[in-house]
Amino acid sequence: MSHQRLLATESTWPTHRGKAYLSERVIMHGRDLHHELGDWHWHRLWLYSILGRDPGEQVAAMLNFFWVATSYPDPSIWPNHVTALAASARATASTSLVAGIAVSEASIYGRRPEVKALDFFYRAGRWCDEGKELEAFVDAEKASGRILYGYGRPLAKTDERIAHTMDKAQELGLAHGRFVRMAFDVHRHLENRFGYSMNVAAVNAALSADMGLSCQEYQLFASLAFTAGMVPCYLDARDQAEGCFLPVRCDSVVYHGPDKREWGAE
Amino acid sequence: MTSEFVYHSHFWLEEPELDNPFAARHCYCHGYDVYGQVITRAGWFEYLLLLFQGQRPSPEQCRLLETLAKVLANPGPRDASVRAAMNAGVSGTTPSSALIAALAAGSGQYGGGQEVTVWLQWWQALGADLPAWQARIANPEVEEIPDIWLPMEHCPGFDPNGDSTPTPVCQALDALATQAPAQGAVTWLSNEYQALEQATGYPLAMVGVASAALADLGLEPDQATMLYLILRLPGAAVHALEQKRLGWKLFPYYGPAIQLLNDPNTPDPAREGVSP
Repeated sequence: MSHQRLLATESTWPTHRGKAYLSERVIMHGRDLHHELGDWHWHRLWLYSILGRDPGEQVAAMLNFFWVATSYPDPSIWPNHVTALAASARATASTSLVAGIAVSEASIYGRRPEVKALDFFYRAGRWCDEGKELEAFVDAEKASGRILYGYGRPLAKTDERIAHTMDKAQELGLAHGRFVRMAFDVHRHLENRFGYSMNVAAVNAALSADMGLSCQEYQLFASLAFTAGMVPCYLDARDQAEGCFLPVRCDSVVYHGPDKREWGAE
Repeated sequence: MTSEFVYHSHFWLEEPELDNPFAARHCYCHGYDVYGQVITRAGWFEYLLLLFQGQRPSPEQCRLLETLAKVLANPGPRDASVRAAMNAGVSGTTPSSALIAALAAGSGQYGGGQEVTVWLQWWQALGADLPAWQARIANPEVEEIPDIWLPMEHCPGFDPNGDSTPTPVCQALDALATQAPAQGAVTWLSNEYQALEQATGYPLAMVGVASAALADLGLEPDQATMLYLILRLPGAAVHALEQKRLGWKLFPYYGPAIQLLNDPNTPDPAREGVSP
């Protein structure tokens, strides 16, 4: 490798993805934004921008529901909390939302569990394709020390979103795909063996696997999933007196560190 | 304490003013009185290392960090993080958005914060074992499980778009080597980087030099990454401010560079290059 490949793209950026011919027209994935895509709902366009194809009404409606169902306008939810803190400190609206979106790429909720849960189902599918038992795959994952993303939930025993999601999947004819059935089979096994609950990340990932989304398509798709829930938290904190979002008194930071000491000459 | 909601800290203590439980009267960092003593008695880099590591650093560590801070202070206007900040600056957005843009574009695996993380993970695993590094370079471990990060595309600390070691990288390595511990990562890298370059097929990068210095400061991968991100912001800020002052007419507009290969219509060449 060398700087030769920099020369190749120094002044030209060949692409199939899109281009804005300003004052004239805009092409996204080969289609005219205003003439061919202008009547689409924005969420469908969002999917098209990621996939480069129209996933169809049913898939779009299902994925739309993922977003709707996870738009919790509650500032106790961590990304929302960040947005509310920014609002309370009177950051701008976009900056407040960007902060919340950025911390949605977390390890104990949000993007990382979603990506890993989706990958889990794909790998489980390949395992089963070889004629092996699903339960053995789950046990092997557990034995290897891997976290089984989508099973268990940090602050709650049950996930109210699962029933709603499955109702919507039923309505859209997506409730009986291979990976959805697998998700519930995994849950039964984990519940019996370890008392694990299932959270919506498993169900959403399984539905996404049935749709054929890649892990990164899923990550990109979900990146704004919490945003509608953040906005009311922004508004709420904005409407209160500045700096007054769940303030923390000095004594509410419990100290476990070293005793007081002098900063003397060393 | 009247709130049921509490945070926990192993390094920061605040004692309230008598008239307001939400105002701190004294703040202690790892036991040291910050406003009563540290700000008048400690240097900036001494305090920084105290914050990160929990103990007063040696003068040698402070000098090493100060030199590293100078190395990283301005990655220059061609660096992705600084360019991102310049885009913010020229468009007249908020100062915070310029730094957010710099952090985002500078967070990744090519010259960014995540490359520091990966470098330190290699260092923790392989240490100063040149054959082990050469073997890892020849057969990099590919993460089996997909993550929010994409797989690494090059050996951490080296530049796959380079030809020979850039002069500032050599100068930074030399400067840091004079202050780094004799058995540490910087010294090892200084001695072995040419052998490593042979193994990778491409040259050492500034991120590799910085990672080695951060390792010599005793920082864990996450700590090192955070500090690396912080230390690169001054240049982003100043370049953003400069572009704001210079104005958008002097800023490149890449419209003509974007070549759509599957244009369903024939573009109007006369429209090419029109500024937004």
